[in-house]
Amino acid sequence: MKRFAGWTLSTPATLLVVVFLILPVLATIVTTFATAAGPFAPYLGFFGSGFRRTVLWRTIQVSLATTAISVIIGFLTAYVVSRSPGWLKSILIIAAVFPLLTGVVVRSFAWLIILGKNGILNSALLSTGLIAEPLSMLYTQGAVITAMVYLFVPLMVLTLVGVLEAIPDDLLQASASLGARPSATFMQVILPLAVPGLIVGAVLVFTGSFTAYATPQLLGGEAQMVMGTLMYQQAMVTFDWVSASTIAAIMVVITIAIVLLMTRVARRLNPMAT
Amino acid sequence: MTRSIHPVLIALTVLVFIFLVGPLVIVLGAALSDTSYLTFPPQGLSLRWFENIFEIEAFRRTIVTSLEIAFLSTGIALVVGVPAAYALNRYRIQLPGWLSTLFILPVLVPELVLGFSLLKNVATQFHAPIFVSLVLGHSLLVLPYVVRVISASLAAFDFSIEEAAISLGSPRLKTFFTILLPNVRSGVIAAFILAFITSINDVSISIFLTGPGISTLPIQILAHMEQFFDPTVASVSVLLMGLTVAVMAAVERTLGLTFFAK
Repeated sequence: MKRFAGWTLSTPATLLVVVFLILPVLATIVTTFATAAGPFAPYLGFFGSGFRRTVLWRTIQVSLATTAISVIIGFLTAYVVSRSPGWLKSILIIAAVFPLLTGVVVRSFAWLIILGKNGILNSALLSTGLIAEPLSMLYTQGAVITAMVYLFVPLMVLTLVGVLEAIPDDLLQASASLGARPSATFMQVILPLAVPGLIVGAVLVFTGSFTAYATPQLLGGEAQMVMGTLMYQQAMVTFDWVSASTIAAIMVVITIAIVLLMTRVARRLNPMAT
Repeated sequence: MTRSIHPVLIALTVLVFIFLVGPLVIVLGAALSDTSYLTFPPQGLSLRWFENIFEIEAFRRTIVTSLEIAFLSTGIALVVGVPAAYALNRYRIQLPGWLSTLFILPVLVPELVLGFSLLKNVATQFHAPIFVSLVLGHSLLVLPYVVRVISASLAAFDFSIEEAAISLGSPRLKTFFTILLPNVRSGVIAAFILAFITSINDVSISIFLTGPGISTLPIQILAHMEQFFDPTVASVSVLLMGLTVAVMAAVERTLGLTFFAK
């Protein structure tokens, strides 16, 4: 009876996910193996095209750079936030939540104003005389990475503040009382305990960057095409749905593989796990 | 006990927070500028770009569409998500572990892939109206938030209270509405507002499910930006930031903002 009630109550949500997420996404993937040209033709086409390989490689580069920078900045900032006095901590958390809840279009648009040809950074540099002509900063890999780091640092900071606050104070006091310098405590106690949280955060940032659309579209444009923008272009501009489905399948496989692999790694590396 | 933090780390943190908040301050300044181009610091103060939003029919229409979709999808996610979260907590032992993974699946599947798949295999194949597909896509997008937030508040709920009511003769459904829901009220409110803002801000699902006649606000902002580079987009952005402030105030009152650092 109880088993029955549990299933009944979870059925509507299960149906929603199965019928409108799992089945449509599987159908998208299946069509790439059922083309007239043979089961693997779309994939041979994808990896046989130099342009598409470049796009995939660029996406990986941008995502790795975004992840590395966000992890380092996020971890150091979260450390300071977690050790701040109560009132300051609240302000800093508010300052991190605010951009997090502000949409991706607004946040990317802000960088469009900053990095544009007549943008704020260029006018500031021109007025100080550091440069004679405006720099072309938009539509570069740097612009995309900067805006993506901007997108993901709040997420990283908030994830890691939670992780760092969960480290018992006793451990740090024990470390100090046994004679460890603050830097040694940081490297040998705090960092290893934060590794699982760092991995979870890094996975969120990597998969988010790998499948991003709005930010690379606005700040990278055609010149910096990535998997997300290429998929949109194939689906909605050239209407090549087999090609778009192939890109979708590659994104799904890479995303899920990374999530599964890294959660396993995180579990193994957790020094608190027994 | 206070631990000293290296001054270099403090300086870095200050820079990081300038980096986080600065760009949004710039958007606010640009929105208030009295110029016909985007600039910061603002030259002259004016609210005319805010008025301009409502003079453009496409913005008026997409604001309404975005609100409709956010209300409907959040409503659907709550109607299916609250019982699911309840079942996951109440019948934890009887239900298989993969069931909770199923409800966070929308987070694992890239949004672009979901949007495209809904266009290809639901809207096109079964001639489902685009609006319906948009609502379904957004319901899936926000379902994980609903299940997670409600589960978090149910974890603190003592189910023996519910059993006491039932053993005293209260019908199950009545118990749900009079005992359980009031106890997780703040969780439901927080789930609602988080889901709502997530839906309002979505680009990656909506981008495939809009076209002539139907669009959402973020997609309209992207379309406007391609043609004009005037402060209208900055003022729409400020409106959205205002919504963020309202959401944060509401979350602070229900779950507390430390919820985000968990």
